[in-house]
Amino acid sequence: MQAQLIRRRARRRLGFGLIALAMSLGAGSPSFAYTAYVTNERDNTVSVVDLGKMQTVKTIQVGQRPRGIVISPDGKFLYICAGDDDIVQIVDTTTQEVVGDLPSGPDPELLALNKTGDLLYLSNENDALVTIIDVKERKALAQIPVGVEPEGMGVSPDGRIVVNTSETTNMAHFIDTEKHEVVANVLVDSRPRYAEWKSDGSEVWVSAEVGGTVSVIDPVKHVVIGKITFSVPGLRSEAIQPVGIRFTKDGKLGFVALGPANRIAVVDAQTHQVEKYLLVGQRVWQLAFTPDQKYLISTNGVSNDISIIDVSDLKVVKSVQVGSFPWGVAVSPE
Amino acid sequence: MTSPCRFLPRARGLALAICFVLALTGANPARAADPTEIRIGYLHLLESKQQPISLLDEPNEDDGIAGAALAIEDNNGTGRFTNQHFSIEDLRLKPTEDAASAAKSLTDKGIMLIIVDLPAPMVLAAADAVRSASATLFDVGAYDDSLREENCRANVIHIAPTRSMLADALAQYLSWKRWQRWLLVTGSHPQDALFADALKRAAKRFGGTIVEERIYKDTGGARRTDTGIVQTQRQIPVFTQNAPAYDVLVAADESNVFAGYLPYRTWDARPVAGSAGLVPTSWDPAHDSWGAVQMQNRFIKLAHRRMKAIDMQAWTAARMIGEGATRTQSADATKIIAFIKSPGFEVAAFKGQKLTLRDWNLQLRQPILLSDGRNVVSVSPQEGYLHQTSELDTLGYDRPETKCKLN
Repeated sequence: MQAQLIRRRARRRLGFGLIALAMSLGAGSPSFAYTAYVTNERDNTVSVVDLGKMQTVKTIQVGQRPRGIVISPDGKFLYICAGDDDIVQIVDTTTQEVVGDLPSGPDPELLALNKTGDLLYLSNENDALVTIIDVKERKALAQIPVGVEPEGMGVSPDGRIVVNTSETTNMAHFIDTEKHEVVANVLVDSRPRYAEWKSDGSEVWVSAEVGGTVSVIDPVKHVVIGKITFSVPGLRSEAIQPVGIRFTKDGKLGFVALGPANRIAVVDAQTHQVEKYLLVGQRVWQLAFTPDQKYLISTNGVSNDISIIDVSDLKVVKSVQVGSFPWGVAVSPE
Repeated sequence: MTSPCRFLPRARGLALAICFVLALTGANPARAADPTEIRIGYLHLLESKQQPISLLDEPNEDDGIAGAALAIEDNNGTGRFTNQHFSIEDLRLKPTEDAASAAKSLTDKGIMLIIVDLPAPMVLAAADAVRSASATLFDVGAYDDSLREENCRANVIHIAPTRSMLADALAQYLSWKRWQRWLLVTGSHPQDALFADALKRAAKRFGGTIVEERIYKDTGGARRTDTGIVQTQRQIPVFTQNAPAYDVLVAADESNVFAGYLPYRTWDARPVAGSAGLVPTSWDPAHDSWGAVQMQNRFIKLAHRRMKAIDMQAWTAARMIGEGATRTQSADATKIIAFIKSPGFEVAAFKGQKLTLRDWNLQLRQPILLSDGRNVVSVSPQEGYLHQTSELDTLGYDRPETKCKLN
C-alpha cells in the first residue's frame, strides 16, 4: 500500500525519469495491486480503481458514451469505444490521458484484441460490419459484412477465428482472421451480445440477452451443442438477460452476467449446469478477472458500482463506487 | 431468380468480394442454390386526408409500410446466411373498397402471410375471407379489444396493443404518481368512447377515480385557420371550468378533434394524459433505451423520417415472420405460423425484454411507453405490479377475463 502511494507521488512530482525507480519499490508490494479501468457510459469517463485499496483513485475524461474497453498485453494502453463520437480512443495508462484514436468506423460498441495486441476487432452496429484494425499503423485493414447490429467479439486462443454476434440477425458469425471472411454462421437465441472462448479453444459461449440463454457452440463443427438456461426463484424470466461471460483458465467455471437479474451465474463449464447465483449490483453488464484470477469484477450499470468477487470462495467481497452507468471493465496485466 | 448478393450493403466495392466469399464458403451447402422466397402481403388504406391538430402529426404516405420494409431488409440480412429472401406485396385500399376480396387476391397469388393495417371491421372481413386458404393476418393497425375478445380469430395475430393495454399502462403510472382523481374528457366518436371505456376499466383496476366525465362534441370545421389559436385559448378554459377537484385530466380523443388543444389551457393548472400530454404508445420517435438508437438510426436511413408507432408495429410483424422462417428454416407459411404460435416463440423489439404471444387470443405481449411528445417519460408495466405468469399481462385483458375462443 505504502509502496503504491510512493509510486504515485513519484510519478506526479518527479516525472517520468524516476518511474523506473518507483516501480522497483513497488515490486515489494502485495501481488494484488492490479488496476481496473471501468468505462462509465453516461459520464463519458473511465474510473481507475486501485484493486489493492479497492477504491476509485482517479477519473479519466474520455469521448462520448464509452462502453467496450480492452487493455494492451503490456498494460501500456487502453482502447475504448466512444460510440457517440464514432471513434476508438487510446489512453496511455502511465499518463492516464487520451493520446490518440483509431479509425473505428461509426458507432463502435465492443472490441477485442488478439493475444499479441497488434490487431483489434470491433463491430460497427449501424453498418453491419466488423472492422479489423492494425493497432501500430492505426489503420483499418479490412471490413467484413456480418448480420444486422453486430456486437459481441471473441478472439479464439490461437487467434485464427473471431466470433462476432449480431443482435437482430441472432447469429454467431465465425470470421477467419487471415482471409477476412465469414466461414460459418450459427443461429442462437434473440439478441446475442457477447462471445467468449474457453482458453483451450474447445467451446465458444454466446449470451442471448433477450432470449435469456447462453448457447454453447462447438467451434469446429459450428453447431450449438448445449444451451444454458437460468432461473432465479422469485424473479420473472424476462429479467434474466445474459451479457458478459468469463471462464477460469482451467476451464472449470464459467461466469455469466445476468443484466437486470442483478446476479452473476456461476456455471460448471464442463456439465453446463448452473451451480450458484451471486447477487451483485443492479444491471450487471460485463466481467473481468484479475490476471491471477483471484478476483472477478462486474460492472453494475444502474447502481453505479462494481462488485469484486472472490473466485475461490465464490463470494462478493466488496462493492466499489465508480462513475455513472459503468459498462465495460479491463484489468491491468500487472 | 436474382442473385443472393443483390441486397448487400451500400459499400458497392465490397459487394463483389462478399459474393465471392459467400460462394467460397462451404458452411451452408444450400447456398449455391437460389434463395427461398418468402412473400409477405401488406394490406392498408390510402392515406387519410384528415388534418391533425399538430402539423408534426401529419401522416406520411409510407406510414407503417416503411417499418415493414426495414424488417424485410433486416430479414434479408439474416437470409444472406440462411439462403432465404423476403419481399413485400403492397396493396392499398380506399376505405370503401372490399377488404375481403383484396385479401383473397393476395392468397390467390400464394401469399399466405399478410400484414394488415386496417380498421377492425375490415380486419374481420379479410380474416374470414382467407381462412379457408389457411392464410394468417398480422394486425398492426387495429387497437380494438373486441378483435382479441368476442370477435377473436384463430388466423389473426395482433401486434398492435389494445386500447385496454394502453389505458392500463397509463393508469399504472398515474397511480404510481398518486394522481388518482381523473377528469375524463371523451370525444363524440365511437372509437373515442371505446378508449374511454378502456380508461374507465383501467381506473377501476389501478385505484383511479373518475371525478367527472365530459363529452367534447365534434362540431366539424377546419384545423388550419390563421388565428384559430385565439378562440381555442378561450374555449378550452371554459370547457374545463367548474370541475370537481382532480389531479389529472385524462382525454379519450382517438379522432384527434380536441385533445391536442388541452395542455396549458385547462381552467385548473393540471397535467393532461391519454390522447394528449402523457400518451401511452407502443413506440416513440424519441425512444432510445435498450439498443433502440440503432433501430431509430436504421429507420431514418431508410425512410428519411422518424419512426412512429405504426412503423414499429409493422416492423415487429415482419420480423416475427422473419424469425419464424429462420428458426424453422422454411418458407412454408403453415410451419412459420406454427412456430410463432408455439410456446418457444419470442421476438426482440428494443423494449428491454422479449415479446411473446398470449396463447389465448394471439395478442403480442409488450411493454408500453409513456411519451410526452419529446421524450419517453416512463415505461409500463410499472415496478411492483406483479403477475404469476408475466408482468406484461398486467396490461390489458388477462387470461381469466378473456371472452376469446380460438378454434
